[in-house]
Amino acid sequence: MQIEIILNGKKVSLDVKNNELLADTLRNYGVFSIRKGCDTTCCGLCTIWVEEKPVLSCAMLSVRADGKTITTMEGLQREAEEFAQVLVAEGSEQCGFCSPGFILTVLAMKRELKNPTQEEIVHYLTGNLCRCTGYLGQLRAIKKYLGVA
Amino acid sequence: MNFVGKSIPKIDGMAIATGKPVYTEDMVPPNALVVKLLRSPHAFARIKTIDTSRAEKLENVACILTYKDVPNRRFTLAGQSYPEPSPYDRLILDEIVRYVGDEVAIIAAADEETAEKAMKLIKVDYEVFEPVLDYEKAMGHPSVVHPEADVHCNFDIGMDKERNIVSSQKIEVGNVEEELEKCHIVVEETCYTQAQAHGMMETYRAYSHLDHTGRLVVVSSTQIPFHVRRQLSRALKLPASKIRVIKPRIGGGFGGKQTGAVEMFAAIVTLTTGKPAKIVYDREETFTATNSRHAMRLKVRLGADQEGFIRVVDIQGLSDTGAYGEHASTTFGVVGQKTLPLYNKTKAVRFMGDVVYTNKMPAGAFRGYGATQGTFALETAVNKLAERLNMDPTEIRLKNLIKEGETSLVSEGIRLGSSTLHRCIEKGRELIGWKDKYPRLEVGEHKVRALGMAVTMQGSGIANIDTASAEIRLNDDGNFTLLIGSTDMGTGSDTILSQMAAEILETTIDNIIVHAADTDISPYDPGSYASSTTYVTGMAVVKAAEDLKKQIVESGARILGVSIDEVDYDGLKIITVNGDNEVTLEKVAELQILGFGGKRQLVGNSTYGSPVSPPPFIAGFAEVEVDKETGKVRLIDYVAVIDCGTVINPNLATIQAEGGLVQGIGLAMYEDVRYDERGRMTTNNFMQYKIPTRKDIGNIRVVFEESFEPTGPFGAKSIGEVVINTPAPAIMDAVYNAVGVRITNLPITPEKVFLAMKQM
Amino acid sequence: MFIINEFIQPQTIEEAYNILVSRRNNAVIGGSAFLRMGSKKINTAVDLSKLGLDYIKDEDGYIEIGAYTTLREVETSPILVNSFSGVISNSVKNIIGIQFRNIVTVGASVFSKYGFSDLITALLALDTEIELYKAGRIPLDDFLKRPFEKDVLIRIFIKKNQRRASFQDLRNSVSDYPILNVAVSRLDNQWTIAVGARPRVAAIAIKASEALSEHLGPENLAYYADIAAEELTFGTNERGTAEYRQAMCKVLVKRALMEVLECK
Repeated sequence: MQIEIILNGKKVSLDVKNNELLADTLRNYGVFSIRKGCDTTCCGLCTIWVEEKPVLSCAMLSVRADGKTITTMEGLQREAEEFAQVLVAEGSEQCGFCSPGFILTVLAMKRELKNPTQEEIVHYLTGNLCRCTGYLGQLRAIKKYLGVA
Repeated sequence: MNFVGKSIPKIDGMAIATGKPVYTEDMVPPNALVVKLLRSPHAFARIKTIDTSRAEKLENVACILTYKDVPNRRFTLAGQSYPEPSPYDRLILDEIVRYVGDEVAIIAAADEETAEKAMKLIKVDYEVFEPVLDYEKAMGHPSVVHPEADVHCNFDIGMDKERNIVSSQKIEVGNVEEELEKCHIVVEETCYTQAQAHGMMETYRAYSHLDHTGRLVVVSSTQIPFHVRRQLSRALKLPASKIRVIKPRIGGGFGGKQTGAVEMFAAIVTLTTGKPAKIVYDREETFTATNSRHAMRLKVRLGADQEGFIRVVDIQGLSDTGAYGEHASTTFGVVGQKTLPLYNKTKAVRFMGDVVYTNKMPAGAFRGYGATQGTFALETAVNKLAERLNMDPTEIRLKNLIKEGETSLVSEGIRLGSSTLHRCIEKGRELIGWKDKYPRLEVGEHKVRALGMAVTMQGSGIANIDTASAEIRLNDDGNFTLLIGSTDMGTGSDTILSQMAAEILETTIDNIIVHAADTDISPYDPGSYASSTTYVTGMAVVKAAEDLKKQIVESGARILGVSIDEVDYDGLKIITVNGDNEVTLEKVAELQILGFGGKRQLVGNSTYGSPVSPPPFIAGFAEVEVDKETGKVRLIDYVAVIDCGTVINPNLATIQAEGGLVQGIGLAMYEDVRYDERGRMTTNNFMQYKIPTRKDIGNIRVVFEESFEPTGPFGAKSIGEVVINTPAPAIMDAVYNAVGVRITNLPITPEKVFLAMKQM
Repeated sequence: MFIINEFIQPQTIEEAYNILVSRRNNAVIGGSAFLRMGSKKINTAVDLSKLGLDYIKDEDGYIEIGAYTTLREVETSPILVNSFSGVISNSVKNIIGIQFRNIVTVGASVFSKYGFSDLITALLALDTEIELYKAGRIPLDDFLKRPFEKDVLIRIFIKKNQRRASFQDLRNSVSDYPILNVAVSRLDNQWTIAVGARPRVAAIAIKASEALSEHLGPENLAYYADIAAEELTFGTNERGTAEYRQAMCKVLVKRALMEVLECK
């Protein structure tokens, strides 16, 4: 089936199979920031934005993306770099494999929550697993980035 | 110090954080064949017949390989220096399959869908055997996991494979039984640790192709490129000179990628077809068909005198290596090596036991490597002993632990070069609020909070075995290339090594190009494991940098026409002592390489292996809250005070510690490994096998109490592994102090706590 | 790998239903999060996204939730946060993560009758009805007890009243499936106790609910919790044994009762 999406601000036409998942479609298209980490829709690595909302691209059928606005890290480079600077200064990017999904969720949170508390930050990001950092350095970076206590 | 001791950001940080294509799968050529593996549904069986004819006929299937198509030379996938202590007990594909998930056939096709379709068309007829699933019943089981005659051991590791024993070990100094008789108090505890999964976010993956000279190139997410080259050479009967292994950025390893997994499957497809081939394991394969921590049963006996001196430490163990013997004997040996030296007022110590084969997924290397298991058992027993002696757990340790400059019964006369462990304990108990909170506080009708603690040691590299080389070139325009073969898997080791080089060469991080790791280019390094990179490779880098610096000074002095005693080097130029003449580093480089000054590019070299493996230490303190009605444990606070020698990069060391502690918390509380009665692992994804989320961990505080290790680069020891060891025993003890039950069988789940409380 | 031969986004519910029942292996797909983990062979996949079923509204004495509403919308909806002590929003908070909850839908969660469902337990403790295209509007409790029959879940109605409620769950890791979950609600003297993840799908503890409704002795909540634990059946799975679940039922029901009594 032919779908048309707005990918990072540009109209893109893609030929997809009915059982194709958006994570695969986009990676095959060359969107390498999308990583698959679990195959069971629970690790957060493949998070992208669909209509500005963070969703698991590995749980979404590509056919359902037709007509939707999709944002990946490639489309948010400047903002991602701003946060990544803080994250890297904290040393908490570590292996980096989960970073794109994590950072997209952080940036979505920034839009959705005003001055979030630590509890709200942790709640918003619970679906983003990380095996390297132990999460605390990420939290320090987020607080610095958002300027919250 | 300009760079050492500074929180320099990782040199690859921005690229990996912002999603750049720098990992293995991002680089696969678009025409690569997709490799999939047909796996055994049986825990133990022989392939009677295998028919691939229908599958082979499918359009776009490139090749299908079975045990009949692979070389018949056994090898080990353990990433260890040659000659490996792990038995050569596996083939790429074998007629006998030894666990559910063992590989039966290799399928290569143009696309994934075809490969999956072909897999379904392969017909296999199995002769199914009774599997060995319970490792406590493996010894002498009627089923022999490795009946074949051609298993080979490079060393005598005490193998008795007819009885399913891979390795038998015993070390004893003094007479344990006699000394126990003399003790005032003897405590005993038997602990079980589970086969923890690494759960690195990037699953196992590799791709291969032939280069312009027909050589096999394998790009792999591995911690051990040089070992992989050797494995492939042996497994494929191909000279090592025909193989190149490249490691890009790695999405986590934790020891899992210290064992080869996928490389051989891609490689044999490329060799068979001449085409590029890629293999990417899914999460289920990563859980069920790679490797894990060795599950162990450890029985500890401690004897103490009336004054509270620990006189005897006796540990008897049984370890489950699963279907193949990767890291079997060495992981088990580390249990003793990292426990027996700790309490050095002993008169007799012993570590003995067996490692057995079973029909389950093979175990392998996992951060902590036996020390984690040993620490859990020993520290649990020490906490129990403290209670019996009516001593504070911190005091019994302050009284008994080895100190800097001391030896232990097993240290063969070598004095401990550095330790601040006693200060770590004092600092830690202050931070956690030991005085006010130990042992417990009731905090409501059914909630109680309590403290527990544990200490641990690890090593730094493998003494007298693992040896790393480093090379630093002065390039034509005055910058440097640091060539190393260690494998930064996210830890930041490439950055740390460049900090060390920059410090010695008095240059900046920006002025150093770091290259790692490519077996065609990198100097030899065993890889990043055994807590070796900062300490062993680091020392090689320091020495290579010193070597190069000496050459730069010599060259500069020669150009200036004076002796080396008459010049200074400040990182930018060589200047005569009296300041009347100078030559820039760029000019030195130019003249050495391009001009007629030296006609020799300056290259610093070093190969370094350490005769000792200095231990880093940690004192860990846990505060838990236990719900007395449900048995649910919540970790409130964790304090780890760490002696890793000089901290080269405080931020990166802190994250190593926090990450390791959380992995240890997972081991303690959440990460359960379950098999069904047929030997199928049921905890085969992140919905069933729960690694901690950010809501599961409570507050964690990491503090460094630096020592100076005389044998380490800038006084550094290791940090990567030691950090995982204390949470399990400390949390377990805290739960005991809260509600009076010792959950000696990890993980500590609500139901176990609840049931144990009911049985009180 | 699952297979979908045809993917259709019907314009009406009738059309959706007709396609669904026209062949055995035609199926409605919800958020598709669970779909991808299986190897279902679907002939025609029916997608409900064009039916305008993505809403939560407060109308005519009912809170109405469209089947295509995501769990994240349920979690954050002011209507739900402010009704029934926020029990419905609370119940979905710990389901994996927001990226997941932004995809999975209320309709699929309820229609699939997942045993581990937190949402069903919370809904069951309230006066909840569901509207199915074929079977019509029926109480949730009835639906849960019926054998599986193909249908299209259109919307959920929760009677708007002053019910106070509490949701309690026991998990080891926060994002794990629950070992057990409990929802309790009270309207005047009328109590409802629902227990889910037993590990079977949620059920109402009828005797305990009735006993409470007849006579409430706040000093002896454990008595009612025990009745609930005795009347319901519990099973064993990897997350817990039947015995443990039964014991936890007593604890969680008691705690839910206490919370409801406190939130006046």
